[in-house]
Amino acid sequence: MVFRSLRRPLLAWLTALALLLFTPAPAWADFVLPPLPYALDALEPAIDATTMTIHHDRHHGAYVANLNSLIEANPTLAKLSLETLQGQISSFPVAVRNNAGGHWNHSQFWAVMAPAGEGGEPSADLLAAINGAFGSMETLHSQFNQAATGRFGSGWAWLIRKSDGNLAITSTANQDNPLMDLPGIEPGTPLLGLDVWEHAYYLQYQNRRPDYIKAWWSLVNWSEVNRRYAALS
Amino acid sequence: MGMTGYRLNQPVGYLPSSLANAQSLVGQDTLFSLSMAHTLPALPYGPDALEPHISRQTLEFHHGKHHAGYVTNLNNLVAGTELEAKSLEDTITAVAGDASKAGVFNNAAQVWNHSFYWQCIKPSGGGSPTGALADKIAADFGGFDKFVEAFKTAGATQFGSGWAWLVLDGGTLKVTKTANADLPLAHGQTALLTMDVWEHAYYLDYQNRRPDYMTTFLDKLVNWDFVAANLAAA
Repeated sequence: MVFRSLRRPLLAWLTALALLLFTPAPAWADFVLPPLPYALDALEPAIDATTMTIHHDRHHGAYVANLNSLIEANPTLAKLSLETLQGQISSFPVAVRNNAGGHWNHSQFWAVMAPAGEGGEPSADLLAAINGAFGSMETLHSQFNQAATGRFGSGWAWLIRKSDGNLAITSTANQDNPLMDLPGIEPGTPLLGLDVWEHAYYLQYQNRRPDYIKAWWSLVNWSEVNRRYAALS
Repeated sequence: MGMTGYRLNQPVGYLPSSLANAQSLVGQDTLFSLSMAHTLPALPYGPDALEPHISRQTLEFHHGKHHAGYVTNLNNLVAGTELEAKSLEDTITAVAGDASKAGVFNNAAQVWNHSFYWQCIKPSGGGSPTGALADKIAADFGGFDKFVEAFKTAGATQFGSGWAWLVLDGGTLKVTKTANADLPLAHGQTALLTMDVWEHAYYLDYQNRRPDYMTTFLDKLVNWDFVAANLAAA
C-alpha cells in the first residue's frame, strides 16, 4: 500500500519532467492566420474572390507559416506579440523582418476593409485631425494615392499617427511598416495601410495600379480607422 | 569596368533583326529629332510563342504595358536634360547611386532589364548549355546542378520585386540577385542571363507559385545560345 501511494506521485513527477524537457514550443506561442472578417467575395467588384483567396490563404498564410518556422531559431519570438515584435524588428534576422512584417501588414489590411457601403464614415475627431494635417479629405486622398502609385516595386502606402499626434502619409518597401525600428522609415502608428504589391491587384488590374487604388477607396472601413485613432488619443 | 557584354544600343549580331531594324529606323528619323529617344524593342518571337509556359496575356501586358511604360517614362524624364543625348547604358551608369535621379535610374534600368530578359528566353528553350559556357559553369560552380540550385535560390529569396542573374564578375561566373530595377551594370558586372521575378512576370500564369515559374524558366525557356554569346563577347 505504501509503495502504491508513492509510486503514483513519482510517475506523475517523471511525466511532468519528460513533458517539460521534450515538448516543443507550446501552441499558444505560434502566430495564427486570422480568418477574413467577411466572405471571400464580399469585396467584389473592387477586389474579387479569387484575388482574396490567393492573397489571404496563400500569401498571408505563407508569411504566418514562415514566421512560425523561425521561432525555433529565434526563441524570443515566442514571447512577443506580433505588434511588439515590429518595434524590435531591427534585432532580428531579415527573414523575421519580412515574414513578421508580412503577417502584421496583411492582418491590418483585412481589418481596414469592408464591403462597399458598410465601412462607415470618418469620425468627427478623425476628420478634424485629417483637416489639420492635410487641409481636406481630398488632399489626403491625393497624397495617399501619390504614395501608393509612387512606391516603386513592392510595398505599402500608409496613413499614420506620429508620436507628436499629427497625421502623415508615408510608404514602405516590401513588407516593412511604420512600426518597425528601421532607418529610412517614418515612424508612426498605422491607421490605414494599402497593399500595393502586384499580387494584391494583378489578376484584376494587371499594370493598372491607379485603377486598383481608386476602387480600393470604396472599401475603406472607416469604423476601424476611427477605432485605431481613438485608441491612440 | 569590362562592360563589353550585351549592349542594347549596338547593332550586335545576335540582336534580333526586329530590334536592329527598330534602331536603324529611329536613326534615320532626323527630321523629328527623335534619334536619341529610347525605343521599345519588338519581342523576338510572337506573343503566344512561349505558351503554355508564359501566356500570351502575360507577354502582352509585360511587354506592351510594363516595358513600354518604362520606355515612355524614361523618355519623359530625360527630355530636355543633358541625359537626353546619352545611350541607355550611359544613362544608367550616369545616374546609378544618385538618389535624386532614382526615377531615371529605375525606368532606364527597367528598359534595359526587360530588353535583355526577352533575349534570355525563347520557344523550346531550356535544357543545359554546351561548349565553353558549360565548361565555365562546371569550373566556377562545380557543375550545372549547382548553378541551377544557386540561381533558383537567388530567385526565391529576392524578397519583393527584382531579378536573378548569372553574371561575369572579374572573370568569374556568379549568381546574384537585385531588387526592383537594380542591375549588374551598376555593380561593375557583365550580365549573361536574367530571370524577372517581379510578380507581374508570372502572376497571371503562376500566381504565388514563383518556384514553379522558376523551374519552367530553366527547364523550358532559357536561351542558352544567347547566354553563350554574351559570355563570348565579354
